[in-house]
Amino acid sequence: MKPAPFAYADPRTLDEALAVLSEEGEGAKVLAGGQSLLPLLNMRLAAPTTLVDINRVPGLDRIEAGEAGVRVGALVRHAALLRSAEASAVQPLLARATANVAHPAIRNRGTTVGSIAHADPSGEMTAVLALTGGSVTVATPDGSSSVDWADFFLGPLETAVHGPAVVTSAFFPALAPRSGTAFAEVSRRKGDYAVCGTGVVVTLDEDRRVASARVAHISVGLVPEVHDLTDAVAGRPVDTADWAAAGAMAQGLVDPDGDLHASADYRRLLVGALTTRTLASAAAEALERSA
Amino acid sequence: MTTKLFGEPVRRREDARLIVGAGRYLDDIGADAYAAAFVRSPYAHARVVDIDVSPALDVDGLLAVYTYEDLTGPMAEPLPVLIPHPQLTHARTGYTLVRDVAHHVGEAVVMVVAVDRYVAEDAAALIEVTWEELPVVVGVDAAEAAVHAVHPDVPDNVAARHHQERGDVEAALAASAHTLSFTQYFERSASMPMEGKGVHARWDADDSALRVHSSTQASTSVRAAIAAKLELSLEKVEVIAPDVGGGFGVKIMHPWPEELLVPMAAIKLGHEVKWVEDRREHFISSAHERQQRQEVAVGYDDDGRITALDVLVWHDNGAYTNYGIIVPINTATQLCGPYDVPVYRARVNSVYTNTVLVTPYRGAGRPQGTFVMERTMDRIAQERGLDRLEVRRRNLIQNDQFPYDWGMTFQDGRPLVYDSGNYPGLVDKLEALVDWPGLETRRAEAATRGKLLGAGMAMYVEGTGPGPYEGAHVEVLGSGKVLVSTGLTSQGQGHETVFAQLAASELGVPLEDVEVTTGDTRRFGYAVGTFASRAAVVSGNAVALAAKGVREKALRIAAELLEADPGDLEIDEGLVQVKGTPGASIPLRTVAVLSNPLRYAFDEAARQATQFAGPGDDSKPPIAVGDSPGLEYTDYYSPLRSTFAAGAHAAVVEIDPATWEIDVVQYAVVHDCGNVVNPMIVEGQVQGGVAQGVGGALYERMAYDRDGQLQNASFMDFLMPYASEVPDVDIDHQETPSPLNPLGIKGAGEAGVIPGSAAIASAIEDAVGRRIAAMPISPTELYDLMRSDGEQVPRLPTATGVPA
Ligand SMILES: Cc1cc2nc3c(=O)[nH]c(=O)nc-3n(C[C@H](O)[C@H](O)[C@H](O)COP(=O)(O)OP(=O)(O)OC[C@H]3O[C@@H](n4cnc5c(N)ncnc54)[C@H](O)[C@@H]3O)c2cc1C
Repeated sequence: MKPAPFAYADPRTLDEALAVLSEEGEGAKVLAGGQSLLPLLNMRLAAPTTLVDINRVPGLDRIEAGEAGVRVGALVRHAALLRSAEASAVQPLLARATANVAHPAIRNRGTTVGSIAHADPSGEMTAVLALTGGSVTVATPDGSSSVDWADFFLGPLETAVHGPAVVTSAFFPALAPRSGTAFAEVSRRKGDYAVCGTGVVVTLDEDRRVASARVAHISVGLVPEVHDLTDAVAGRPVDTADWAAAGAMAQGLVDPDGDLHASADYRRLLVGALTTRTLASAAAEALERSA
Repeated sequence: MTTKLFGEPVRRREDARLIVGAGRYLDDIGADAYAAAFVRSPYAHARVVDIDVSPALDVDGLLAVYTYEDLTGPMAEPLPVLIPHPQLTHARTGYTLVRDVAHHVGEAVVMVVAVDRYVAEDAAALIEVTWEELPVVVGVDAAEAAVHAVHPDVPDNVAARHHQERGDVEAALAASAHTLSFTQYFERSASMPMEGKGVHARWDADDSALRVHSSTQASTSVRAAIAAKLELSLEKVEVIAPDVGGGFGVKIMHPWPEELLVPMAAIKLGHEVKWVEDRREHFISSAHERQQRQEVAVGYDDDGRITALDVLVWHDNGAYTNYGIIVPINTATQLCGPYDVPVYRARVNSVYTNTVLVTPYRGAGRPQGTFVMERTMDRIAQERGLDRLEVRRRNLIQNDQFPYDWGMTFQDGRPLVYDSGNYPGLVDKLEALVDWPGLETRRAEAATRGKLLGAGMAMYVEGTGPGPYEGAHVEVLGSGKVLVSTGLTSQGQGHETVFAQLAASELGVPLEDVEVTTGDTRRFGYAVGTFASRAAVVSGNAVALAAKGVREKALRIAAELLEADPGDLEIDEGLVQVKGTPGASIPLRTVAVLSNPLRYAFDEAARQATQFAGPGDDSKPPIAVGDSPGLEYTDYYSPLRSTFAAGAHAAVVEIDPATWEIDVVQYAVVHDCGNVVNPMIVEGQVQGGVAQGVGGALYERMAYDRDGQLQNASFMDFLMPYASEVPDVDIDHQETPSPLNPLGIKGAGEAGVIPGSAAIASAIEDAVGRRIAAMPISPTELYDLMRSDGEQVPRLPTATGVPA
């Protein structure tokens, strides 16, 4: 369990990082927290020729919480996002989901942007980016651009970012007024990647009836998907809305796979159970926030 | 004896060192050593057609490549069958490097030595082995079907047919008022110590001497194996077990191929060589345990008393039988647990499969046996409408039945005789500890929270402390320091603390003065090893006996100096004194100095022992005939038979019927290991065992596919429970001393794990009302079970003695 030989660069600026990535070409890989990449290297499942360590690039470790949303820099660790009261005031899903990412030791090194760039459909933050309608900023030698979540995730561990590029930040839009959120997951052991996880946003109208209900799951599809469940509960007051019907609707919209830890059927069961539960609690929160 | 430490919850003295990172594990040794890596078989069953090492030869830093062709003499022979047994009629073992056919994924084929492990792995990755794949056998069912053979000369795949019986079971079954028969499955898990195996070897060419460090549970025997295989004289080989990061059984298996190959390479290269197993290697080339299919037939009377029990077990022993049939014997002989089963037959067919070999893992066949017996008890309870505690009470061996002779042969080759016990006492204590009669109230309360609550229990008896023997050396130095050494090794259990307590108690010295060394053949050459919950029983008694020898000698010498009768002397806090006469005393360290009459004074203390230091008795030689210099003693303890510990566990689970998640909300243990040397250490052992029991019941399994590929060979997919999954354990003790050894102790190391699967299966069954006949069980499997037309089981009120 030792990696194959590789070269190592630790650039001090973003431009330098992009330059090394361009020079080294295909075989070069960005190293952020290393919590996903290094195990792959050690098991020789990946053998990049050069690691471009971005940890010494200044300015990438900022969390900027504003009215529009929260911008999370590429070197913000899961632990920092989890602790940021400003970030969760603007978008409560951030802390709620991050609390389910791995264990403290891994959260101390692993980055939120790294987990999005890694595009593991079991990663909590991929679903949160999708559910909040977020985007990432991608820097290339030709300049920086914003990529919407829907265009970013192409498949498991596969994103629209190719060639010399660094994802410099992720942007999570603020929670809309009269809205509530919830995140829940079932994992075999505390801190493990979820067998199934569910994040939801419920928004009420001015009469405090359900205006919209959206869900995103983890460990269910190949890429993050957001499903609109509004039809099952639209126009209902929070206490009489049939959340179970929305859960059943969600079950019909997913197409999970089975693996060692969960059959496809079991995942579908969890989609129903978790969706039902999280919607009810998000709606209760939306009600509070509408008061 | 006035310094009393026996029975005290003394804090583990090894912890400070281990916790701050000051331990010395295998990988802390030999920073400049060359590193070994292995090319391992990617196939479960395949013939080597060709090995092309040439692509690796250009790698900078490569030092050597070895294949079977490079092995000579005994090294080219198969590995030993460690524990031969007449019923092991078809023993098969592998070679240190695959000769022609690999029988499981992970078998070593090529050894690479390079300047470091990175380079060694680079070179190994370039070596090309051409394989011809052969048909694969995975699982006991396939082994029994024997469509394919793992070893061509064992066409039915049966390595051994182990058979034990008491009475005529067929007749007794036929005569029974009621009978039941059923089949159960138990899955594989593994020891999974945090530190894998590892070997470091240093060859001193001038001395022709070999020093080997190995992360082993049996250094003396590894030493003998290395000497034999490498044709070295035993006195030229030293084997030391440094700090070992857990063993749990996998390191009692030996010699592992690497334990022979690393020394071989060190000799050939004239340089230190080291190999440290990585986790993937540990999964695919160490040992597993536990898979069995169990076919049970039981007869019982109207009161639920067993009249006959017949068990046929198909036991998966993996590809080889290096460790013999110890695990099958344990299953067969420990299955009946605390119950008075009048007529019993156990047949265990131990079969080959193309998987990693099976050797003891903590519990070693007993969890499986307990699963048979305890699930049988639950079924009888259900059939007769009896409370589960009550049906057990009716079947227990009673206190006046000891010694209880089964008329069978135990795993140590000695008669299976329970030496002592109080099994009804265990049930009474467990009932109180878990508040068994209060469970219906808890079930109702859980229901209001939408949870299904269930409780289960299981009992076991564990033969511990088997022989043949262990020994200890105790020596008091002139500094007052007391050195204790055993050949028996330590893997974190707390032997340093317990042996120090025993020596300090016996000698009357402060605990801090005692220094314990274990598993170093330079210090103690005769030992068997750490397994079968035997360290405290066998080595503990040996330490006490050796300390007693030292004490007697010290009193004899001091008596002369103090002009007193040895019988009037006592040792307290390191001072030998005349009882009741303050001032008439001499420090034990001075006695140690004077015990060695000297010509040369090398320091102040030594002056006292030189020939002109004081008037002596000219009529006697300085050392009496038959005596020896030095305040030291070596003694051995060799038990007549194993001593039998026992316990009762209860588990309470809550299940979420929306997600089928299973939460162990309470776990209670009543434990009886005879006299307890250190209750804190015993509780630690129990807690750790329960953690592994929970792991085996709910999380761990070896997921082999049909091609013999282990699908979950990493900690990402092989799920050992974290601290967050392990419940706090409520523990109560009962102390029923063993009449077999002077200290009256029984082993405690494995107990915690044994009834875990049985108790948790019972609890889940109680919660969901469906038969649980296979363990482990995960939420996804429980969901499948609930949707299947699986057998419904009646749920009985858990009120003591009240038939439903
Ligand atoms: C035991 C364990 C449990 C875990 N459990 C969870 C869990 O429950 N949920 C979860 O979401 N994650 C989990 N993780 C993964 C963890 O969250 C990782 O930290 C995260 O997925 C990747 O972040 P990183 O900073 O470590 O990225 P790295 O490992 O450094 O990189 C991962 C990949 O992303 C690329 N990359 C990283 N940053 C950038 C960037 N800025 N621009 C372009 N490419 C980039 C790298 O090139 C690499 O391909 C777990 C990890 C471990 C070891």
